[in-house]
Amino acid sequence: MIESVLVANRGEIARRVIRTARQMGIRAIAVYSEADGGLPYVREADEAVLIGAAPAARSYLDARAVLGAARHTGAAAIHPGYGFLAENAEFAAEVIDAGLTWVGPPPAAIEQVGDKINARNFMEQAGVPVAVGSREPVTDVAAAIAEARRIGYPVMIKAAAGGGGIGMSATANEAELRAGFETARSRAERFFGNADILLERFIERARHVEVQILGLNDSRVLALGERDCSVQRRHQKIAEETPSPGVTPELRARMLAAAIRAGEAVGYRGAGTVECLVDPERQDFVFLEMNARIQVEHPITEMVTGIDLVEQQLLIAGGGDVSFAPSSVRNAGHAVELRVYAEDPRRFLPSPGVITEWAEPSGPGVRVDAGYESGNEVTPFYDPLLAKLCVHGASRAEALRRARAAVDDFRISGPRTNLEFHAELLDSDEFASGRYDTSVVARLRS
Amino acid sequence: MTEVRAEMVANVWQVVASEGDSVADGDTLVILESMKMEIPVMAEGAGTVTKLAVAEGDVVQEGDLIAVIE
Repeated sequence: MIESVLVANRGEIARRVIRTARQMGIRAIAVYSEADGGLPYVREADEAVLIGAAPAARSYLDARAVLGAARHTGAAAIHPGYGFLAENAEFAAEVIDAGLTWVGPPPAAIEQVGDKINARNFMEQAGVPVAVGSREPVTDVAAAIAEARRIGYPVMIKAAAGGGGIGMSATANEAELRAGFETARSRAERFFGNADILLERFIERARHVEVQILGLNDSRVLALGERDCSVQRRHQKIAEETPSPGVTPELRARMLAAAIRAGEAVGYRGAGTVECLVDPERQDFVFLEMNARIQVEHPITEMVTGIDLVEQQLLIAGGGDVSFAPSSVRNAGHAVELRVYAEDPRRFLPSPGVITEWAEPSGPGVRVDAGYESGNEVTPFYDPLLAKLCVHGASRAEALRRARAAVDDFRISGPRTNLEFHAELLDSDEFASGRYDTSVVARLRS
Repeated sequence: MTEVRAEMVANVWQVVASEGDSVADGDTLVILESMKMEIPVMAEGAGTVTKLAVAEGDVVQEGDLIAVIE
Protein backbone atom coordinates (compact mmCIF):
# COMPACT_ATOMS: atom_id res chain seq x y z
CA MET A 1 0.00 0.00 0.00
CA ILE A 2 1.26 3.47 -0.90
CA GLU A 3 2.26 5.56 2.13
CA SER A 4 1.66 9.01 0.63
CA VAL A 5 0.49 10.54 -2.66
CA LEU A 6 0.97 13.96 -4.19
CA VAL A 7 -2.01 14.96 -6.32
CA ALA A 8 -0.66 16.84 -9.35
CA ASN A 9 -3.89 18.65 -10.10
CA ARG A 10 -6.39 21.17 -8.74
CA GLY A 11 -10.06 21.86 -8.09
CA GLU A 12 -12.64 19.11 -7.89
CA ILE A 13 -10.47 16.18 -8.96
CA ALA A 14 -7.70 17.05 -6.53
CA ARG A 15 -10.30 17.22 -3.77
CA ARG A 16 -11.78 13.90 -4.91
CA VAL A 17 -8.43 12.05 -4.90
CA ILE A 18 -7.40 13.58 -1.57
CA ARG A 19 -10.67 12.44 -0.01
CA THR A 20 -10.22 8.77 -0.96
CA ALA A 21 -6.49 8.76 -0.21
CA ARG A 22 -7.11 10.03 3.33
CA GLN A 23 -9.92 7.52 3.82
CA MET A 24 -7.40 4.81 2.96
CA GLY A 25 -4.92 6.19 5.50
CA ILE A 26 -2.63 7.51 2.75
CA ARG A 27 -1.00 10.90 3.45
CA ALA A 28 -2.29 13.31 0.80
CA ILE A 29 -0.21 16.20 -0.54
CA ALA A 30 -1.74 19.01 -2.60
CA VAL A 31 -0.03 21.42 -4.96
CA TYR A 32 -1.52 24.79 -5.84
CA SER A 33 -0.85 27.86 -7.95
CA GLU A 34 -1.01 31.48 -6.80
CA ALA A 35 -4.63 31.58 -8.03
CA ASP A 36 -5.83 28.53 -6.08
CA GLY A 37 -4.63 29.01 -2.50
CA GLY A 38 -8.17 29.51 -1.20
CA LEU A 39 -9.74 26.43 -2.77
CA PRO A 40 -11.03 23.73 -0.39
CA TYR A 41 -8.74 20.97 -1.69
CA VAL A 42 -5.69 22.86 -0.44
CA ARG A 43 -6.76 22.88 3.18
CA GLU A 44 -8.23 19.35 3.03
CA ALA A 45 -4.88 17.82 2.11
CA ASP A 46 -2.45 16.80 4.86
CA GLU A 47 0.13 19.12 3.33
CA ALA A 48 0.06 21.68 0.52
CA VAL A 49 2.85 23.16 -1.58
CA LEU A 50 2.71 26.38 -3.62
CA ILE A 51 4.26 25.49 -6.96
CA GLY A 52 4.02 28.58 -9.14
CA ALA A 53 2.12 31.38 -10.79
CA ALA A 54 -1.46 31.07 -12.01
CA PRO A 55 -0.86 30.15 -15.68
CA ALA A 56 -0.88 26.35 -15.89
CA ALA A 57 2.43 26.27 -17.76
CA ARG A 58 4.04 27.87 -14.71
CA SER A 59 2.43 25.61 -12.12
CA TYR A 60 0.34 22.49 -12.79
CA LEU A 61 2.13 21.75 -16.08
CA ASP A 62 5.57 22.46 -14.63
CA ALA A 63 7.04 18.98 -14.19
CA ARG A 64 10.11 20.37 -12.39
CA ALA A 65 7.94 22.14 -9.85
CA VAL A 66 5.68 19.14 -9.28
CA LEU A 67 8.59 16.73 -8.84
CA GLY A 68 10.30 19.27 -6.59
CA ALA A 69 7.22 19.39 -4.39
CA ALA A 70 7.17 15.57 -4.25
CA ARG A 71 10.83 15.46 -3.19
CA HIS A 72 10.33 18.23 -0.64
CA THR A 73 7.38 16.47 1.03
CA GLY A 74 8.68 12.93 0.71
CA ALA A 75 5.68 11.85 -1.37
CA ALA A 76 5.86 8.18 -2.32
CA ALA A 77 3.52 8.47 -5.30
CA ILE A 78 2.01 10.95 -7.73
CA HIS A 79 -1.61 10.90 -8.90
CA PRO A 80 -2.04 13.14 -11.96
CA GLY A 81 -5.84 13.44 -12.02
CA TYR A 82 -7.08 14.29 -15.55
CA GLY A 83 -5.77 16.87 -18.02
CA PHE A 84 -2.48 18.66 -17.19
CA LEU A 85 0.27 16.00 -16.97
CA ALA A 86 -2.04 12.96 -16.72
CA GLU A 87 -1.37 11.69 -20.24
CA ASN A 88 2.20 12.92 -20.52
CA ALA A 89 4.26 9.74 -20.99
CA GLU A 90 7.51 11.61 -20.46
CA PHE A 91 6.35 12.92 -17.10
CA ALA A 92 5.14 9.45 -16.06
CA ALA A 93 8.59 8.07 -16.90
CA GLU A 94 10.28 10.87 -14.92
CA VAL A 95 8.13 10.07 -11.89
CA ILE A 96 9.12 6.43 -12.09
CA ASP A 97 12.80 7.28 -12.67
CA ALA A 98 12.67 9.44 -9.55
CA GLY A 99 11.78 6.32 -7.59
CA LEU A 100 8.15 7.31 -7.06
CA THR A 101 5.02 5.32 -7.82
CA TRP A 102 3.04 6.60 -10.81
CA VAL A 103 -0.71 6.22 -10.26
CA GLY A 104 -1.58 5.43 -13.83
CA PRO A 105 -0.77 3.05 -16.70
CA PRO A 106 2.82 2.36 -17.81
CA PRO A 107 4.39 5.18 -19.88
CA ALA A 108 4.51 2.86 -22.89
CA ALA A 109 0.73 2.39 -22.77
CA ILE A 110 0.18 6.16 -22.40
CA GLU A 111 2.34 6.76 -25.45
CA GLN A 112 0.68 3.99 -27.44
CA VAL A 113 -2.79 5.49 -27.10
CA GLY A 114 -1.88 9.16 -26.65
CA ASP A 115 -1.55 9.76 -30.34
CA LYS A 116 -4.97 9.27 -31.89
CA ILE A 117 -3.68 8.14 -35.26
CA ASN A 118 -1.38 5.55 -33.74
CA ALA A 119 -4.12 4.40 -31.37
CA ARG A 120 -6.58 3.89 -34.25
CA ASN A 121 -4.09 1.85 -36.26
CA PHE A 122 -3.09 -0.16 -33.22
CA MET A 123 -6.67 -0.93 -32.20
CA GLU A 124 -7.59 -1.92 -35.72
CA GLN A 125 -4.82 -4.49 -35.64
CA ALA A 126 -6.12 -5.73 -32.28
CA GLY A 127 -9.48 -6.47 -33.85
CA VAL A 128 -11.33 -3.45 -32.48
CA PRO A 129 -13.59 -1.71 -35.05
CA VAL A 130 -12.38 1.82 -35.92
CA ALA A 131 -13.85 4.73 -37.89
CA VAL A 132 -12.64 5.28 -41.44
CA GLY A 133 -9.87 7.85 -41.15
CA SER A 134 -6.24 8.90 -41.53
CA ARG A 135 -3.49 6.39 -41.01
CA GLU A 136 -0.88 9.15 -40.98
CA PRO A 137 -0.87 12.77 -39.86
CA VAL A 138 -2.26 15.17 -42.43
CA THR A 139 0.30 17.92 -42.84
CA ASP A 140 -1.20 20.44 -45.26
CA VAL A 141 -4.42 21.47 -46.90
CA ALA A 142 -3.68 19.62 -50.15
CA ALA A 143 -3.11 16.36 -48.27
CA ALA A 144 -6.25 17.02 -46.22
CA ILE A 145 -8.37 17.44 -49.32
CA ALA A 146 -7.00 14.28 -50.91
CA GLU A 147 -7.57 12.36 -47.68
CA ALA A 148 -11.11 13.72 -47.32
CA ARG A 149 -11.93 12.58 -50.84
CA ARG A 150 -10.78 9.10 -49.89
CA ILE A 151 -12.73 9.04 -46.63
CA GLY A 152 -15.88 10.70 -47.91
CA TYR A 153 -17.69 13.73 -46.47
CA PRO A 154 -18.76 14.71 -43.92
CA VAL A 155 -15.31 14.67 -42.33
CA MET A 156 -14.21 15.52 -38.78
CA ILE A 157 -10.91 17.39 -38.34
CA LYS A 158 -9.10 16.52 -35.10
CA ALA A 159 -5.82 17.22 -33.37
CA ALA A 160 -3.91 13.92 -33.24
CA ALA A 161 -2.41 14.81 -29.86
CA GLY A 162 -5.56 16.46 -28.62
CA GLY A 163 -8.20 16.12 -25.98
CA GLY A 164 -11.04 18.01 -24.35
CA GLY A 165 -12.75 18.53 -27.69
CA ILE A 166 -10.30 21.28 -28.54
CA GLY A 167 -9.37 21.75 -32.20
CA MET A 168 -12.19 19.60 -33.57
CA SER A 169 -14.54 20.62 -36.31
CA ALA A 170 -16.92 18.85 -38.66
CA THR A 171 -16.79 19.77 -42.34
CA ALA A 172 -19.46 18.95 -44.88
CA ASN A 173 -17.49 19.67 -48.04
CA GLU A 174 -14.15 20.75 -49.47
CA ALA A 175 -14.79 24.47 -48.95
CA GLU A 176 -15.44 23.95 -45.25
CA LEU A 177 -12.38 21.71 -44.98
CA ARG A 178 -10.18 24.39 -46.54
CA ALA A 179 -11.59 26.98 -44.17
CA GLY A 180 -11.25 24.83 -41.04
CA PHE A 181 -7.90 23.17 -41.60
CA GLU A 182 -5.48 25.97 -40.69
CA THR A 183 -7.48 26.93 -37.60
CA ALA A 184 -7.34 23.32 -36.42
CA ARG A 185 -3.58 23.18 -36.95
CA SER A 186 -2.89 26.39 -35.06
CA ARG A 187 -5.16 25.31 -32.19
CA ALA A 188 -3.43 21.94 -32.05
CA GLU A 189 -0.05 23.64 -31.88
CA ARG A 190 -1.26 26.13 -29.29
CA PHE A 191 -2.96 23.71 -26.91
CA PHE A 192 -1.03 20.48 -27.38
CA GLY A 193 2.34 21.59 -28.77
CA ASN A 194 1.76 19.32 -31.76
CA ALA A 195 0.23 20.44 -35.06
CA ASP A 196 -0.54 16.89 -36.36
CA ILE A 197 -4.05 16.58 -37.71
CA LEU A 198 -6.16 13.55 -38.48
CA LEU A 199 -9.38 13.30 -40.43
CA GLU A 200 -12.18 10.86 -39.69
CA ARG A 201 -15.48 10.11 -41.32
CA PHE A 202 -18.11 11.97 -39.35
CA ILE A 203 -21.04 9.82 -38.25
CA GLU A 204 -24.24 11.86 -38.32
CA ARG A 205 -26.42 11.70 -35.21
CA ALA A 206 -23.88 9.51 -33.44
CA ARG A 207 -23.89 8.85 -29.73
CA HIS A 208 -20.67 9.18 -27.82
CA VAL A 209 -20.48 6.10 -25.60
CA GLU A 210 -17.41 5.14 -23.58
CA VAL A 211 -16.43 2.11 -21.52
CA GLN A 212 -14.71 2.24 -18.13
CA ILE A 213 -11.93 -0.30 -17.88
CA LEU A 214 -9.69 -1.33 -15.02
CA GLY A 215 -6.37 -3.09 -15.71
CA LEU A 216 -5.41 -5.35 -12.79
CA ASN A 217 -1.93 -6.34 -11.69
CA ASP A 218 -2.51 -9.93 -12.78
CA SER A 219 -3.00 -8.59 -16.36
CA ARG A 220 -6.76 -9.06 -16.40
CA VAL A 221 -8.73 -6.15 -17.80
CA LEU A 222 -12.24 -5.56 -16.48
CA ALA A 223 -14.98 -3.54 -18.14
CA LEU A 224 -17.22 -1.84 -15.56
CA GLY A 225 -19.94 -0.54 -17.84
CA GLU A 226 -20.51 2.19 -20.34
CA ARG A 227 -21.36 5.90 -20.11
CA ASP A 228 -23.31 7.95 -22.64
CA CYS A 229 -21.60 11.33 -23.08
CA SER A 230 -23.52 12.69 -26.05
CA VAL A 231 -24.62 15.94 -24.40
CA GLN A 232 -21.84 18.25 -25.58
CA ARG A 233 -21.17 21.84 -26.53
CA ARG A 234 -18.08 22.79 -28.54
CA HIS A 235 -17.30 19.06 -28.58
CA GLN A 236 -16.95 19.11 -24.78
CA LYS A 237 -19.13 17.00 -22.52
CA ILE A 238 -21.64 18.70 -20.25
CA ALA A 239 -23.73 15.79 -19.06
CA GLU A 240 -23.28 12.03 -18.93
CA GLU A 241 -25.37 9.03 -17.88
CA THR A 242 -25.12 5.32 -17.30
CA PRO A 243 -26.39 3.01 -18.60
CA SER A 244 -26.70 4.52 -22.08
CA PRO A 245 -30.34 4.64 -23.14
CA GLY A 246 -29.17 4.21 -26.73
CA VAL A 247 -27.41 0.88 -26.30
CA THR A 248 -29.10 -2.53 -26.36
CA PRO A 249 -27.81 -5.35 -24.12
CA GLU A 250 -26.36 -7.03 -27.19
CA LEU A 251 -24.44 -3.95 -28.31
CA ARG A 252 -23.30 -3.34 -24.75
CA ALA A 253 -21.83 -6.85 -24.56
CA ARG A 254 -19.94 -6.31 -27.83
CA MET A 255 -18.60 -2.92 -26.74
CA LEU A 256 -17.45 -4.12 -23.34
CA ALA A 257 -15.70 -7.10 -24.94
CA ALA A 258 -13.96 -4.80 -27.45
CA ALA A 259 -12.89 -2.44 -24.65
CA ILE A 260 -11.34 -5.35 -22.77
CA ARG A 261 -9.48 -6.39 -25.95
CA ALA A 262 -8.28 -2.80 -26.34
CA GLY A 263 -6.99 -2.70 -22.76
CA GLU A 264 -5.28 -6.07 -23.09
CA ALA A 265 -3.66 -5.01 -26.39
CA VAL A 266 -1.78 -2.17 -24.66
CA GLY A 267 -1.08 -4.03 -21.43
CA TYR A 268 -3.21 -1.54 -19.53
CA ARG A 269 -2.97 -1.03 -15.76
CA GLY A 270 -5.26 1.07 -13.63
CA ALA A 271 -8.31 3.06 -14.62
CA GLY A 272 -8.85 3.96 -18.26
CA THR A 273 -11.64 4.70 -20.69
CA VAL A 274 -12.27 3.46 -24.21
CA GLU A 275 -14.29 6.06 -26.12
CA CYS A 276 -16.50 5.00 -29.03
CA LEU A 277 -19.06 6.40 -31.39
CA VAL A 278 -22.30 4.47 -31.67
CA ASP A 279 -24.50 4.60 -34.75
CA PRO A 280 -27.90 4.17 -33.06
CA GLU A 281 -29.72 3.26 -36.27
CA ARG A 282 -27.38 0.43 -37.11
CA GLN A 283 -26.54 -0.44 -33.47
CA ASP A 284 -22.93 -0.44 -34.51
CA PHE A 285 -19.88 1.17 -32.91
CA VAL A 286 -16.34 2.27 -33.72
CA PHE A 287 -13.34 2.98 -31.52
CA LEU A 288 -12.54 6.68 -31.25
CA GLU A 289 -9.75 6.91 -28.72
CA MET A 290 -8.54 5.61 -25.40
CA ASN A 291 -8.00 7.88 -22.40
CA ALA A 292 -5.21 6.58 -20.18
CA ARG A 293 -6.43 8.24 -17.00
CA ILE A 294 -9.43 8.72 -14.72
CA GLN A 295 -12.22 10.69 -16.46
CA VAL A 296 -14.23 13.64 -15.20
CA GLU A 297 -17.45 11.60 -15.34
CA HIS A 298 -16.16 8.57 -13.42
CA PRO A 299 -18.56 9.14 -10.46
CA ILE A 300 -21.60 7.82 -12.34
CA THR A 301 -19.85 4.47 -12.80
CA GLU A 302 -19.03 4.50 -9.10
CA MET A 303 -22.66 5.14 -8.24
CA VAL A 304 -24.04 2.17 -10.23
CA THR A 305 -21.28 -0.29 -9.26
CA GLY A 306 -20.58 0.76 -5.69
CA ILE A 307 -16.85 0.76 -6.54
CA ASP A 308 -14.55 3.66 -5.62
CA LEU A 309 -12.42 3.98 -8.75
CA VAL A 310 -9.79 6.22 -7.17
CA GLU A 311 -9.37 3.62 -4.43
CA GLN A 312 -8.80 0.96 -7.10
CA GLN A 313 -6.25 3.21 -8.83
CA LEU A 314 -4.29 3.59 -5.60
CA LEU A 315 -4.51 -0.15 -4.76
CA ILE A 316 -3.36 -1.17 -8.25
CA ALA A 317 -0.54 1.38 -8.23
CA GLY A 318 0.58 -0.05 -4.90
CA GLY A 319 0.98 -3.46 -6.54
CA GLY A 320 -2.02 -5.02 -4.83
CA ASP A 321 -5.43 -6.43 -5.65
CA VAL A 322 -8.58 -4.39 -6.13
CA SER A 323 -11.01 -4.18 -3.22
CA PHE A 324 -13.80 -6.17 -4.87
CA ALA A 325 -14.19 -9.60 -6.45
CA PRO A 326 -14.13 -9.01 -10.22
CA SER A 327 -16.83 -11.60 -10.86
CA SER A 328 -19.15 -9.89 -8.37
CA VAL A 329 -19.53 -6.57 -10.22
CA ARG A 330 -23.19 -5.67 -10.73
CA ASN A 331 -24.55 -2.45 -12.15
CA ALA A 332 -27.62 -1.28 -10.25
CA GLY A 333 -29.93 1.60 -11.10
CA HIS A 334 -29.16 4.63 -13.19
CA ALA A 335 -26.86 7.61 -12.66
CA VAL A 336 -26.44 10.96 -14.34
CA GLU A 337 -23.75 13.65 -14.00
CA LEU A 338 -24.33 17.31 -14.79
CA ARG A 339 -21.18 19.38 -15.14
CA VAL A 340 -21.66 22.78 -13.53
CA TYR A 341 -19.56 25.23 -15.54
CA ALA A 342 -18.74 28.90 -14.90
CA GLU A 343 -20.37 30.07 -18.13
CA ASP A 344 -23.59 31.71 -19.20
CA PRO A 345 -26.38 29.22 -19.85
CA ARG A 346 -27.38 30.64 -23.23
CA ARG A 347 -24.20 31.01 -25.24
CA PHE A 348 -21.85 29.07 -22.95
CA LEU A 349 -19.30 31.87 -22.81
CA PRO A 350 -16.81 31.86 -19.91
CA SER A 351 -17.84 33.76 -16.77
CA PRO A 352 -14.98 34.08 -14.29
CA GLY A 353 -15.46 35.95 -11.00
CA VAL A 354 -15.67 35.72 -7.22
CA ILE A 355 -18.21 33.26 -5.82
CA THR A 356 -20.47 35.10 -3.38
CA GLU A 357 -22.89 32.28 -2.64
CA TRP A 358 -22.46 28.52 -2.83
CA ALA A 359 -25.15 26.16 -1.57
CA GLU A 360 -25.07 22.52 -2.69
CA PRO A 361 -28.15 20.30 -3.08
CA SER A 362 -28.41 17.12 -1.03
CA GLY A 363 -30.82 14.21 -0.59
CA PRO A 364 -31.16 10.56 -1.57
CA GLY A 365 -28.92 9.65 -4.49
CA VAL A 366 -27.30 13.10 -4.69
CA ARG A 367 -23.52 13.51 -4.76
CA VAL A 368 -21.71 16.79 -5.43
CA ASP A 369 -17.99 16.80 -6.28
CA ALA A 370 -17.15 20.49 -5.96
CA GLY A 371 -13.87 22.28 -6.58
CA TYR A 372 -14.95 25.61 -5.14
CA GLU A 373 -16.80 27.21 -2.26
CA SER A 374 -18.14 30.63 -1.37
CA GLY A 375 -15.42 33.28 -1.36
CA ASN A 376 -13.22 31.55 -3.96
CA GLU A 377 -12.31 33.34 -7.16
CA VAL A 378 -12.91 31.53 -10.44
CA THR A 379 -10.06 32.71 -12.66
CA PRO A 380 -9.60 32.48 -16.43
CA PHE A 381 -6.53 30.29 -16.24
CA TYR A 382 -8.19 26.89 -16.06
CA ASP A 383 -11.21 25.07 -17.45
CA PRO A 384 -14.63 26.32 -16.32
CA LEU A 385 -15.66 23.28 -14.25
CA LEU A 386 -17.00 24.35 -10.85
CA ALA A 387 -18.61 21.12 -9.69
CA LYS A 388 -20.11 17.82 -10.79
CA LEU A 389 -23.71 17.22 -9.73
CA CYS A 390 -24.12 13.43 -9.76
CA VAL A 391 -27.46 11.76 -9.09
CA HIS A 392 -28.45 8.10 -8.76
CA GLY A 393 -31.87 6.50 -8.87
CA ALA A 394 -33.35 3.03 -9.10
CA SER A 395 -34.52 3.85 -12.62
CA ARG A 396 -33.65 6.47 -15.23
CA ALA A 397 -36.90 8.28 -14.47
CA GLU A 398 -36.10 8.47 -10.78
CA ALA A 399 -32.54 9.62 -11.42
CA LEU A 400 -33.74 12.40 -13.72
CA ARG A 401 -36.48 13.50 -11.29
CA ARG A 402 -33.95 13.71 -8.47
CA ALA A 403 -31.49 15.54 -10.74
CA ARG A 404 -34.11 18.11 -11.74
CA ALA A 405 -34.86 18.90 -8.10
CA ALA A 406 -31.17 19.05 -7.25
CA VAL A 407 -30.53 21.58 -10.05
CA ASP A 408 -33.16 23.88 -8.51
CA ASP A 409 -31.55 23.52 -5.08
CA PHE A 410 -28.00 24.29 -6.24
CA ARG A 411 -27.38 28.01 -5.63
CA ILE A 412 -24.25 29.65 -6.95
CA SER A 413 -23.85 33.43 -7.19
CA GLY A 414 -20.99 35.47 -8.63
CA PRO A 415 -19.92 33.84 -11.89
CA ARG A 416 -22.74 32.92 -14.24
CA THR A 417 -23.33 29.16 -14.36
CA ASN A 418 -25.00 26.72 -16.73
CA LEU A 419 -27.43 25.42 -14.09
CA GLU A 420 -30.32 26.97 -16.03
CA PHE A 421 -29.18 25.05 -19.09
CA HIS A 422 -29.23 21.78 -17.14
CA ALA A 423 -32.82 22.53 -16.07
CA GLU A 424 -33.68 23.08 -19.72
CA LEU A 425 -31.93 19.86 -20.72
CA LEU A 426 -33.77 17.80 -18.13
CA ASP A 427 -37.08 19.40 -19.11
CA SER A 428 -36.56 18.73 -22.81
CA ASP A 429 -38.55 15.99 -24.55
CA GLU A 430 -35.50 14.86 -26.42
CA PHE A 431 -33.35 14.23 -23.39
CA ALA A 432 -36.24 12.79 -21.36
CA SER A 433 -36.96 10.28 -24.12
CA GLY A 434 -33.39 9.00 -24.00
CA ARG A 435 -33.30 9.13 -27.80
CA TYR A 436 -30.70 11.89 -28.24
CA ASP A 437 -27.32 12.16 -29.96
CA THR A 438 -24.33 14.50 -30.07
CA SER A 439 -26.32 17.29 -31.74
CA VAL A 440 -28.89 17.56 -28.92
CA VAL A 441 -27.43 20.79 -27.49
CA ALA A 442 -27.36 22.43 -30.93
CA ARG A 443 -31.06 21.59 -31.32
CA LEU A 444 -31.91 23.04 -27.90
CA ARG A 445 -30.12 26.23 -28.94
CA SER A 446 -31.43 26.53 -32.47
CA MET B 1 -14.19 57.66 -31.08
CA THR B 2 -14.92 54.18 -29.75
CA GLU B 3 -13.29 52.58 -26.75
CA VAL B 4 -13.15 48.80 -27.06
CA ARG B 5 -13.22 47.22 -23.61
CA ALA B 6 -12.93 43.67 -22.25
CA GLU B 7 -16.26 42.01 -21.48
CA MET B 8 -14.79 39.56 -18.97
CA VAL B 9 -11.63 38.63 -17.14
CA ALA B 10 -9.36 36.94 -19.68
CA ASN B 11 -5.81 36.49 -20.92
CA VAL B 12 -4.66 38.34 -24.04
CA TRP B 13 -3.63 35.52 -26.33
CA GLN B 14 -2.96 37.25 -29.64
CA VAL B 15 -2.76 40.90 -30.64
CA VAL B 16 -3.89 40.93 -34.26
CA ALA B 17 -4.20 44.63 -35.11
CA SER B 18 -1.54 47.32 -34.61
CA GLU B 19 -1.67 51.00 -33.78
CA GLY B 20 -2.19 52.93 -37.00
CA ASP B 21 -4.06 50.13 -38.80
CA SER B 22 -7.25 50.88 -40.71
CA VAL B 23 -9.94 48.47 -39.64
CA ALA B 24 -13.37 47.60 -40.98
CA ASP B 25 -16.45 46.61 -39.03
CA GLY B 26 -15.94 43.06 -37.75
CA ASP B 27 -12.15 42.96 -38.07
CA THR B 28 -10.46 41.12 -35.23
CA LEU B 29 -8.36 43.40 -33.00
CA VAL B 30 -7.17 40.93 -30.38
CA ILE B 31 -8.00 37.35 -29.39
CA LEU B 32 -8.58 36.77 -25.71
CA GLU B 33 -8.49 33.41 -24.03
CA SER B 34 -10.55 32.50 -20.99
CA MET B 35 -10.99 29.05 -19.55
CA LYS B 36 -9.56 27.39 -22.62
CA MET B 37 -11.88 29.25 -24.95
CA GLU B 38 -10.76 31.75 -27.60
CA ILE B 39 -12.74 34.95 -27.72
CA PRO B 40 -12.08 37.32 -30.63
CA VAL B 41 -12.57 41.01 -29.88
CA MET B 42 -13.73 42.80 -32.98
CA ALA B 43 -14.04 46.34 -34.23
CA GLU B 44 -17.64 47.56 -34.25
CA GLY B 45 -17.29 50.01 -37.06
CA ALA B 46 -14.66 51.21 -39.51
CA GLY B 47 -11.81 53.49 -38.44
CA THR B 48 -8.18 53.70 -37.44
CA VAL B 49 -6.68 52.04 -34.39
CA THR B 50 -5.26 55.04 -32.53
CA LYS B 51 -4.40 53.13 -29.39
CA LEU B 52 -3.73 49.48 -28.57
CA ALA B 53 -3.69 49.16 -24.80
CA VAL B 54 -2.76 45.50 -24.33
CA ALA B 55 0.12 43.14 -25.09
CA GLU B 56 0.19 39.39 -25.52
CA GLY B 57 0.26 37.71 -22.12
CA ASP B 58 -1.56 40.50 -20.27
CA VAL B 59 -4.51 39.63 -18.03
CA VAL B 60 -7.46 41.98 -18.54
CA GLN B 61 -10.25 42.59 -16.07
CA GLU B 62 -13.85 43.24 -17.10
CA GLY B 63 -14.01 46.81 -18.40
CA ASP B 64 -10.29 47.21 -19.10
CA LEU B 65 -9.45 49.20 -22.22
CA ILE B 66 -8.26 47.10 -25.16
CA ALA B 67 -8.16 49.61 -28.02
CA VAL B 68 -9.38 52.98 -29.21
CA ILE B 69 -10.76 53.34 -32.72
CA GLU B 70 -11.33 56.70 -34.36
